[in-house]
Amino acid sequence: MKLFYQRLLHGIIVLFFLITITFFAIRLIPGDPLTDEKSYPPHVREKIESFYHLDKPLITQYFYYLSNLLKGDLGPSISKQGKAVVEIIKQAFPVSLFLGTIAMLIALIVGIPSGIISAYKQNSKTDFIVMTLAMIGICVPSFVIGPLLAKYIGLNFSFINVAGFEYATDWILPSITLSAGTAAYLARMTRASMLDVLSQEYIKTAKTKGASIFRIIILHSLRPTLIPIISFIGPTFAALISGSFVIETIFQIPGIGQHFINATTSRDYFLIQGIVLLYGGLIIFSNFIADIIHLFLDPRTKKA
Amino acid sequence: MKLLSQKNHFLQRIFENKMTIFSFIILAIITFACFFGTYLPFIQDPNIQSLNERFASPSSEHLLGTDELGRDLLSRILFGGRISLLVGFMATTVAIIIGVIYGSLAGYLGGKIDALMMRFIDILYGIPFLVLIILFSMLTAEYAQIAGDWFIERGFPENEIEPLINIIPLFLLIGAIGWLTIARIVRAQIISLKKEEFVEAAITLGHHPSFVLFRHILPNIFGPIIIYASLTIPDFIMFEAVLSYLGLGIKPPNSSWGVLIKEGSNFLETQPLSLIFPGIFFSLTLISLNFIGDGLRDAIDPKSTKKSL
Repeated sequence: MKLFYQRLLHGIIVLFFLITITFFAIRLIPGDPLTDEKSYPPHVREKIESFYHLDKPLITQYFYYLSNLLKGDLGPSISKQGKAVVEIIKQAFPVSLFLGTIAMLIALIVGIPSGIISAYKQNSKTDFIVMTLAMIGICVPSFVIGPLLAKYIGLNFSFINVAGFEYATDWILPSITLSAGTAAYLARMTRASMLDVLSQEYIKTAKTKGASIFRIIILHSLRPTLIPIISFIGPTFAALISGSFVIETIFQIPGIGQHFINATTSRDYFLIQGIVLLYGGLIIFSNFIADIIHLFLDPRTKKA
Repeated sequence: MKLLSQKNHFLQRIFENKMTIFSFIILAIITFACFFGTYLPFIQDPNIQSLNERFASPSSEHLLGTDELGRDLLSRILFGGRISLLVGFMATTVAIIIGVIYGSLAGYLGGKIDALMMRFIDILYGIPFLVLIILFSMLTAEYAQIAGDWFIERGFPENEIEPLINIIPLFLLIGAIGWLTIARIVRAQIISLKKEEFVEAAITLGHHPSFVLFRHILPNIFGPIIIYASLTIPDFIMFEAVLSYLGLGIKPPNSSWGVLIKEGSNFLETQPLSLIFPGIFFSLTLISLNFIGDGLRDAIDPKSTKKSL
């Protein structure tokens, strides 16, 4: 329980610094949200600036932002006039979250078993094939896999769509593309971790007393194998959701990634801050969850 | 029986690993082709457009065919590869420099300064790498433009400065964000080395701390740093490609593998080869770099040999 509060406090501090750094960093960059193709006449510009409080000193703006943040208000979007940042996130984030979750599930279902098989049949042909596939999965970028899948699978099977996000079948290609790298990485990690466990003395004992292969894998080695992987899953999940930037571009999915790229190019201060905060919170939260699961799987960490 | 020195053991283990040697050969061929193959007579200028030869199929004149403006694809891939490889390599160098300085300061000074410096790294770890890079790409692009204008005003040729404005900020940016893990590794190594007797002896002898650091500690952590660095190069090449794909990295008329893949994917439905060829070069390079990194790591740390292929 002490660990719980300690982690929570640590997370809040990190989040606070994240907010502060982003706030000042984006405002120190030359140029501002109102500089684009159409230049405003001075009096209009003044009006807009005062509406967004951009005419006040930086420090005043900062405290203003913080106090609004505590009320759950992330400010107005500057590039999409009349929309609040919270509104935009509410609309786009579920899309990215859903895509990331499906991809994570696929990666876990494919990656961990193939890692286990590969480790158990170490140096066999199966092992070689699985590990080569894993290396390809890591090295062929999603923006090559995605378009190729779209062309050779999407266009040949009429029930699969290659763009958009409305129907369940629209999710098939994007989530497979997104999960490929992670599944490959998970397979490699599981294999390494499993080999480590299989070389332990107690596994040899289990073998000598005649335990079956399944008993050894499921009962004796699965739990210690998964421990290092759990702490990897947290950050990976967050990375998957931000990794969907590219996938969202390929398959034209209206997720948060598109908004973030547009927000940075148009210097939409509030939207940038909102999305960075969202991602930071997501990473902290998923690390937090990973720590908790870790605690259940490995009681030794309780003492430490 | 001949006793092998530690160095010979290292080399022997590398040569035993066929995958590493094979990858090394492939990487050497690709690198050589990108940097020197472009001088071969049958490689054409990558920027010559011939609009009546758009999307030509591979032939003796255009070995890999042409793109949507009739430019020779092979030549574009080789010149683009230069940029991709250069960005990966330079970004890693930047990351090593920052990581070693930061990590050795934290590890060597210890105490509260160390704790503070490590908390800062924790905070940066709290943001996805891609988000950080996109955020700071605005910053570097602005300042690079200002610096570029400064040089052009002082009479430097504009056509030589222009690509640099695009490329230099990119590897500075990737390196300046990718140093976190190197700093952690360096710090951990220094903390464990600080307790070694030969370091304590050097301190007792009254040597200046910076002398102890440079003469006794840093040479000993050189190995792990290089190995980790060899594993980051493919990651950084990938980041460059992702950024270029999103339109935030290398911008036309400059090209890199990321740019070529992006252009290829626009015409995928009718011209799949214009995506597949750059994709093959890109993936082969990344696969070789990864296998080389794995091989180096296994060779220096025999305990992990069984872990990877």
